[in-house]
Amino acid sequence: MSMKLRYFAWVRERIGKPEETIEIPPDIATVGDLMTWLGSRGEEYAYAFKDARVIRAAIDQRHVRADAAIKDAREIAFFPPMTGG
Amino acid sequence: MTATVCLQREPFDAALVAAELTHGRSDAGALVTFTGICRGEENGEPIAALTLEHYPGMAEAEIERHVVEAVERWPLLGVTVVHRYGRILPGENIVLVATVSSHREAAFSAAEFLMDYLKTRAPFWKQVEKAGGKSWIEAKTIDDVAAERWAAPHRGREAAE
Repeated sequence: MSMKLRYFAWVRERIGKPEETIEIPPDIATVGDLMTWLGSRGEEYAYAFKDARVIRAAIDQRHVRADAAIKDAREIAFFPPMTGG
Repeated sequence: MTATVCLQREPFDAALVAAELTHGRSDAGALVTFTGICRGEENGEPIAALTLEHYPGMAEAEIERHVVEAVERWPLLGVTVVHRYGRILPGENIVLVATVSSHREAAFSAAEFLMDYLKTRAPFWKQVEKAGGKSWIEAKTIDDVAAERWAAPHRGREAAE
């Protein structure tokens, strides 16, 4: 399936782009699977996702856990813990 | 109930925004405002500026979800949240939360609740500029603890905070 991915803050810097639309293999079921798969796509992705436990995710602009299913997602975002306010 | 959420690059006048909340109404008994300001130093070192990155669309939606929750939990007459993004200089305002209620407790609690959640759930990231270069500010455990105390026992948490 084809999906829009967005990256923010140091995740964006490490990957080197703010967003991309990529084809995701059908066996990737959850956000956690997706992070593991992305981490295998090259050096910059490996660097971005090397400590995947600290990275937060959102599906269609709502926070989700790593075990969330990605099946119906239009947009998935990855970012560090937030530091607003 | 009037609720306003505003994300903007430009500086704002906190007193003016807060005054608009109570203007022309006689039912308000309490106005609480919190203004977050850009400090001129971090860990003892002077900073040149902060740059706030945000997730357009989600930032507004996430703040609005928390404003809705605040309105459900406390008897508020009005809420305004202003959050800036982009480059912010020391001394400038970053964020404003203003709440109005008939009695002070609701306004105090709701303002604190909103700030605690903004810190840990609203998709903003601060980068600090110092003489030695730029770096991302790390999230603080103390902010997670502050947000956690508002978790309603009857509600499931949908995310990993």
